[in-house]
Amino acid sequence: MQTQPKRLEYDVVIVGSGAGGGMAAHVLTQAGANVLLLEAGGWWDNTKDSQMMKMPYDSPRRGAATKERPFGEFDACIGGWQIPGEPYTKAPGTRFDWWRGRMLGGRTNHWGRISLRFGPDDFRRKSIDGLGDDWPVTYDEVAPYYDKVDRLVGIFGSVEKLPNHPDGIFQSAPRPRCHELLVKQAADKLGVWCIPARLSIITKATNSRAPCHYCAQCNRGCMTNSNFTSGNVLLIPAAKTGRLTIVTNAMAREVTVDAKGSATGVSYIDKATGQDRHVKGRIVVLAASACESARIMLNSKSSRFPHGIGNSSGVVGQYLTDTTGTDVAGYIPKLADPINHNCDGVGGGHIYMPWWLNNKSLGFPRGYHIEVWGGLGQPSYGFMGGIEHYPDFSGYGAGLKNDYRRFWGATVGFSGRGEMIPNADSYCEIDPAQKDQWGIPVLRFHWKWSDHETNQARHMQETFRRLIAEMGGEVFSPMPGKDKGYGLATGGSIIHELGTVRMGGSAATSALNAHQQAWDCKNLFVADGGPFVSQADKNPTWTILALAWRAADFIVQQRKAGAI
Amino acid sequence: MERRDVVKLLTAASLAAIGLGAPEIARAAAQAQAALQGAPVYVPVFFSKAEWPMVRSLAELVIPRDARSGGATEAGVSEFMDFILNENPGSQKWMRDGLTWLNAECRTRFTRDWVQCSPSQQHAVLNDIAFPRKTKAAAKPGAEFFTRFRDLTSSGFWTSRIGIKDLGYMGNVTVPAWNGCPEPQLTKLGVSYKMSLHAVRRG
Repeated sequence: MQTQPKRLEYDVVIVGSGAGGGMAAHVLTQAGANVLLLEAGGWWDNTKDSQMMKMPYDSPRRGAATKERPFGEFDACIGGWQIPGEPYTKAPGTRFDWWRGRMLGGRTNHWGRISLRFGPDDFRRKSIDGLGDDWPVTYDEVAPYYDKVDRLVGIFGSVEKLPNHPDGIFQSAPRPRCHELLVKQAADKLGVWCIPARLSIITKATNSRAPCHYCAQCNRGCMTNSNFTSGNVLLIPAAKTGRLTIVTNAMAREVTVDAKGSATGVSYIDKATGQDRHVKGRIVVLAASACESARIMLNSKSSRFPHGIGNSSGVVGQYLTDTTGTDVAGYIPKLADPINHNCDGVGGGHIYMPWWLNNKSLGFPRGYHIEVWGGLGQPSYGFMGGIEHYPDFSGYGAGLKNDYRRFWGATVGFSGRGEMIPNADSYCEIDPAQKDQWGIPVLRFHWKWSDHETNQARHMQETFRRLIAEMGGEVFSPMPGKDKGYGLATGGSIIHELGTVRMGGSAATSALNAHQQAWDCKNLFVADGGPFVSQADKNPTWTILALAWRAADFIVQQRKAGAI
Repeated sequence: MERRDVVKLLTAASLAAIGLGAPEIARAAAQAQAALQGAPVYVPVFFSKAEWPMVRSLAELVIPRDARSGGATEAGVSEFMDFILNENPGSQKWMRDGLTWLNAECRTRFTRDWVQCSPSQQHAVLNDIAFPRKTKAAAKPGAEFFTRFRDLTSSGFWTSRIGIKDLGYMGNVTVPAWNGCPEPQLTKLGVSYKMSLHAVRRG
């Protein structure tokens, strides 16, 4: 670990240590490049820093959220919706919550490890239903990179040959839990596809990493490095090449350019001292997360790039999307009075439900997958709140104490994660006045859901309630009405922002070409979720990894050819 | 702790100087106070002297000692509540208002405060606020308070050592192999690992 740049100039400067930045650093150092990576947060090594084995009584707040860790004090991710000194603004009437991770590995430290390939249709949606745009790459071009990622990182799953849900190179999946078998039974009856989950958690020793030991604490970061984090799987191994310098607590301000419009490096703030610094790089890769990368580009103004580097198309910051989401939980009487056992497994569902329908008669485009939760999970702050909803509950006293025992693990929940269509009302731009504590102009967000997304949420709610009814269960809350968007979660809250530095087939309508290279500035690349042309009924991380690898390979090839 | 060290500790300025926030300063001061008194008992930071016995008795009524395990008192639930409320200044009013309501209700019904009421008197009040679906309009504030208090009691009890042991939570350990759902539970639920895990595909 280094705290300051050692070299006068690096082959590549990368901003951001999440999935994209980590993969770019990994591939480029393997290929012989000297890489400097800037990370806004501090150092983190899950094998040393994880609080995986903590029990709730080890802390007076029993796992509750803290300002630094909004997902819970033992959760691995430092960051939040509100970061002191780092504000963002919203246009009037906008509801949007913007998550920032601030640590080595970023969001990959606590994500759900749900690792789903985009399917062939997901790269060409406009050709199929006329909405949005097609990607400038096809599944067939990305597939070899998905394969590489599967092998390097490790993923479990099952071969299913389902259309538009490509199978990967899977390790064996852990068997479903008790409640998951009930879910499977109900899903089968309703014709909802339900198959083993596909998670980047290894079930056999892989590349010197130990397999999962089934403690279900993945979100706390894994001490045995058995799940995917960018820091432990990509960056720390990459540093062993001797060609990777990681500078932490470095807040990138802008990409600098020369008179010819080539990127020359990155200006950043050394957070410890507040000093302005600059690191030179022959190539710059932005992977600071979709909106942060857009922000850096928009703030990188020069006479050559008056609207921000790489933004002659005007699309940087536009086409912002997030995954659609809503949840329903139900009390399943069959699961009451459980026969106690270790129900942990991996830190996530062992099954999931990939999108299974044809949109012709649905009233909304695209689709969603369903995540499942439940079981005899570790008690934590907030344990079994809402006991008053359960049938025949005892109110207080010895009877109530027994109610908690009886109903522990008797709730099953479903969460939908679906595809939003980019719209003209959802984007980010630089706020004309507000700056952060280092004087860097901040983002202003604009956001609107359309009927496409609210109708999709309605379908999720209806489907989950049917599943719960099929399981003989009861939902305690009525279905949210149209006025509540059918329960559609606030934009940004699913933390899958994509699209703000989109790639495309033409410099007039996109910022990047098919290799995630800026049309306007051929030694500038973007490797996070910014380049995505569309969401999907799948999470973005696996595709971020595959595309980052592909972009890094392109950089290597172009360098060898003397083109950049 | 040496007396002079305790006195040093009691200086808020010095506490602030080492970067403690207001909740931590209050806690440190209370603990220093307790150390001065030579008493091992917990001194609440958030709850007042009058509120503290109310909270302790209420929590024990929510989750009492029984044959299987100790109750809220033994599990330190009130101490947990004191910590949580002290740490979250934006989320304190409901508790304070609720305890006030409880005392007012007891004075109206029994002309005495909650802590002076007999068990059957306390139960009479709880019976009117512990069941939201059956709560009468006048008791609604009490029911809203009690629902939240009960949830907080559950949080504190089941995450304590006593609570974890009572539930029998056996997870968060290293297991060499994941065996899935045990046979008796499979039978009870009417499911089996003979079920195919492939997607059911219809024409």
